[in-house]
Amino acid sequence: MPINYYIFLSLALFIIGIIGVLTRRNVIIVFMCIELMLNAVNLLLVAFSKMHHLAAAGAGNAVNNVGSEGQLFVFFIMVVAAAEVSVGLAIIVMLYRNTRSVDINFLNRLKH
Amino acid sequence: MSISEILFYALSAVSLVSALMVITSKNPVYSVLWLIITFFTISGHYLLLNAQFLAIVNIIVYAGAIMVLFLYVLMLMDLRKESEPQKNKWLKLAGAVAGGSLLLVLVAALRNADTRMAEINTGNIGLIENLGRVLFTEYVVPFEIASILFLSAMVGAVVIGKREKTIRTTTNTLQQEKTAEAVTA
Repeated sequence: MPINYYIFLSLALFIIGIIGVLTRRNVIIVFMCIELMLNAVNLLLVAFSKMHHLAAAGAGNAVNNVGSEGQLFVFFIMVVAAAEVSVGLAIIVMLYRNTRSVDINFLNRLKH
Repeated sequence: MSISEILFYALSAVSLVSALMVITSKNPVYSVLWLIITFFTISGHYLLLNAQFLAIVNIIVYAGAIMVLFLYVLMLMDLRKESEPQKNKWLKLAGAVAGGSLLLVLVAALRNADTRMAEINTGNIGLIENLGRVLFTEYVVPFEIASILFLSAMVGAVVIGKREKTIRTTTNTLQQEKTAEAVTA
């Protein structure tokens, strides 16, 4: 499968995430669109890792694990995303508790 | 057209449609469910690329943990459909045009790039055996730092999500004073 297809697919997913961030005002949906953008980047990283693995397989190495770094990077991105989601949802719950709303415009001033 | 290409096109179509449904659904619960479908199709893409460890981790972490957390938060909040804030339509149009022009620019820049093949269905770098060995030999320090990151995120989430005791106690004392005044009166 040519790498271009994966580039365009993850580009489309990333742009959908950006449009969601720009057009919605519900803060939970904005947060979900950020997760969507992270996943688009992860998909592209895995595709590039497989591309480099195939390129190194032609060189004829004995132990070919070229490209493992890309997939480990995806793993670490998932770790960071899990931590980010826990803190972000705590902030959203605090916002809802203080304002009784999930409108993102309440966050334009980060103080009372 | 081989079966891998058919699977690729089908998974891509489903993931794009469900990602579009995420940002167009009115009800946030439906958005969460469509996002879960998107994550499952991305896991399918990982399986197609023979990255089985990441496919399983994606299902467990994203579809299993993160989206359940989103659903819990949504159910904690009492969201009426009519109370959901909407941007006005010019701002929505401006956002869509901005995203569409970014897509246009990037597609035009990458359209004539020379292509290389990404290997699907073969190659064993995505298996747990290889990834585990690399993770616990070369990347063991970042792995341990990730555990510290989780600990700090946990502490941060608890600190942020905790109710502020001081405000509640002051309001309680105010109420007690009021009731005391009412009793004496």
